[in-house]
Amino acid sequence: MRRHVDTVMVEQRAASFTRRSIKTQSKTQGLRLALSMIDLTTLEGKDSDEKVRSLCRKAITPWEGEITPSLPSVAAVCVYPSLVRIAKRALEGSGVHVASVATGFPSGQFPLSVRIDDVTKAVEAGADEIDMVINRGAFLSGHYDEVAEEIKQVRIACGDAHLKIILETGELETLENVRAASDLAIEAAASAGPIADGEVFIKTSTGKVSPAATMPVTLVMLDAIQSYFDKTGVRIGMKPAGGIRTAKQSLHYLVMVKETLGDDWLTPNLFRFGASSLANDVLRQLVRQHTGRYTANFDFSEA
Amino acid sequence: MATETTTNTPSASWEYSAAPERFPISIEETHKLFIDGKFVSPKSRKWFATTNPATDEKLADIATAGAADVNTAVLAAKKALPKWSKLPGSERAKYLYRIARRIQERAREFAVLETLDGGKPIKESRDVDVPLVAQHFFYCAGWADKLEYAFPGREVQPIGVCGQIIPWNFPLMMAAWKLAPALACGNTCVLKPAETTSLTALRLAEVLQEVELPAGVVNIVTGAGDTGKHLAEHKSINKLAFTGSTGVGKMLMRNSAGTGKRLTLELGGKSANIIFADAAIDQAVEGIVSGIYFNQGHVCCAGSRLFVEEPILEEVIQKLTHRMKSLRVGDPMDKNTDVGAINSRAQLQTIEQYIKTGIAEGGQLHEANNQQLPSKGNWCNPCFFTDIQPSHTIAREEIFGPVLSVMTFRTPEEAITRANNTPYGLAAGVWTDKGSKVFEVAKRLEVGIVWCNSYNQFDAASPFGGFKESGFGREGGMQGLKPYVKLV
Repeated sequence: MRRHVDTVMVEQRAASFTRRSIKTQSKTQGLRLALSMIDLTTLEGKDSDEKVRSLCRKAITPWEGEITPSLPSVAAVCVYPSLVRIAKRALEGSGVHVASVATGFPSGQFPLSVRIDDVTKAVEAGADEIDMVINRGAFLSGHYDEVAEEIKQVRIACGDAHLKIILETGELETLENVRAASDLAIEAAASAGPIADGEVFIKTSTGKVSPAATMPVTLVMLDAIQSYFDKTGVRIGMKPAGGIRTAKQSLHYLVMVKETLGDDWLTPNLFRFGASSLANDVLRQLVRQHTGRYTANFDFSEA
Repeated sequence: MATETTTNTPSASWEYSAAPERFPISIEETHKLFIDGKFVSPKSRKWFATTNPATDEKLADIATAGAADVNTAVLAAKKALPKWSKLPGSERAKYLYRIARRIQERAREFAVLETLDGGKPIKESRDVDVPLVAQHFFYCAGWADKLEYAFPGREVQPIGVCGQIIPWNFPLMMAAWKLAPALACGNTCVLKPAETTSLTALRLAEVLQEVELPAGVVNIVTGAGDTGKHLAEHKSINKLAFTGSTGVGKMLMRNSAGTGKRLTLELGGKSANIIFADAAIDQAVEGIVSGIYFNQGHVCCAGSRLFVEEPILEEVIQKLTHRMKSLRVGDPMDKNTDVGAINSRAQLQTIEQYIKTGIAEGGQLHEANNQQLPSKGNWCNPCFFTDIQPSHTIAREEIFGPVLSVMTFRTPEEAITRANNTPYGLAAGVWTDKGSKVFEVAKRLEVGIVWCNSYNQFDAASPFGGFKESGFGREGGMQGLKPYVKLV
């Protein structure tokens, strides 16, 4: 059964999270938390081994400067399957995960066998997490069973790797579609076998389609996660991706998670930001809180 | 491979640090009456204290207007009337625009003062009350020179001297709702704020001086019920506008009968929030919360009776309980506070009495939000009751606090019958995804305002007012001008 979603009140509630005043201690703590939740991402056709190695270095040690207590590493580095091996080697022993997009990212417009093979290869290369895209064509034409079956097969192909299911909400357009796709994705992933907390995420966007993550879309997805938790006691993770560029925005998202799903979800195991430029803005704010000065762009490594 | 995540991960418990509003504000030790453009000491020689309901600290002494003071104020308004009412509408509009702009410029000061004196969260006085106040003056300013278009084919004349008595739940906003349309239509006013919340009205008087509003056009007399009585019974009042309890409203109506005074009343409510099984439930829960816990439930149109279609009752209760955990109750001056202090000790006692009655009559009390409340001040945890029937006291009488009665229904017919089974008729909420059902139900609810898939939405352009014992007359919108004009 499709759940009804009403845009007016979703937007009103989503806006309320941006009115929270996060200052002093809670700001520092929130920014550190946000940093630890970032999936540092590079998904360009021109990505090189060198760029990935440099990104991995930043992932482990986001800033070379002195700051106490020392800054956390980010959660993961997210790359195309062909670069998983490079990332795996660079991150060895650091605790930072390797996430790989797969299933014919970003469009998913490939035969299922090719998409599954994409997943298998990425896992073989050492990916800890797979970010898959759903078949939006099938979803929008109402072939829900087909979408669900594909998600199930991808999850099976993942083996022990965690799965993040990208809905590409910018293409789904309505919040009702977002909610339906969220429910469908979670149920489909569960149909492949029991889910441990944080083993499956739902994710807003590829970052290749505009609009990417927004607060209202994320709120509707969090509601779906809450409903599934109420029903089963299983904690599904959430990853907004694309469009979150500032430290302030990241705090708004953390406020939203805290006030909906609660503190239990405030961990990289259950919440991630898919972003690249966010890391440096978070760092800039953290360094400013530490030193009282804003730091120049060139003082941070590029992400 | 599912390894545990990174080292030195920050701990998961994340609390918001205190975020006090620090805008510096000065409050005079004594506040005089505002009569004929000047602040004057009361002839009554009596004063009363106003306190901060969140701390019990005294904020200032306020003058008590006795019969002689009220008389002076009414006469000042009467004296100012001929000149003011003959000003071209476009000139009156200039004053109203100036007032609106000055309120915007001093918005933060007004918000802080409103919160200090009334106990509502700074978030609400800043984001809701004060912006709506400015909007109301802007809106009415726009009408001042277009009155003949509001009432086509009729000649529009002012009524005369208006006595206006307002409540303590939205002190400045109620002052704006009363003054702006009256002034736009060429009337002069004597306004009496509620005794627990006079400060923002008196600060508005400063604004009126700043914009050089002609003396006597607006007079503000402070005091309790006696002051209101003197005002209501004054022979030179041509119109009386009252917002407050149904009991007082009935008395005013009795006493003004046969005097020729025009009367509008905006009284109590026991509004129904009706949630159908085909509603967007997560958003409906949001509507329940903003319907009853907004402004500590001190809202005449609060959605204090919740009717849920039976199949979704359990889910709604579960979601409501969960949602209430994130309501932050406490210091109204903290920018992250959602529910502030109860406006007065007397009101707190009333609410507590109703909660006791609810329990004694067999209701099940749910206090989903078990936060430590401050030791000083007037506090009430937001709560709701289940196992309630429409015949229970708490489901019939207006509580004016953060107390919700949850009831059920099975068919639209039953929902409508139950919702209408009340002496009140102010507002209602209807939650369903089915458009035809919205219109069918809304049409049959005996109330002045129906919000569909939302609640407590206000706009200066939208008329507000009730049916049955919730009063008559409208405020806001084109309809809000009508109580302030004589049509010939």
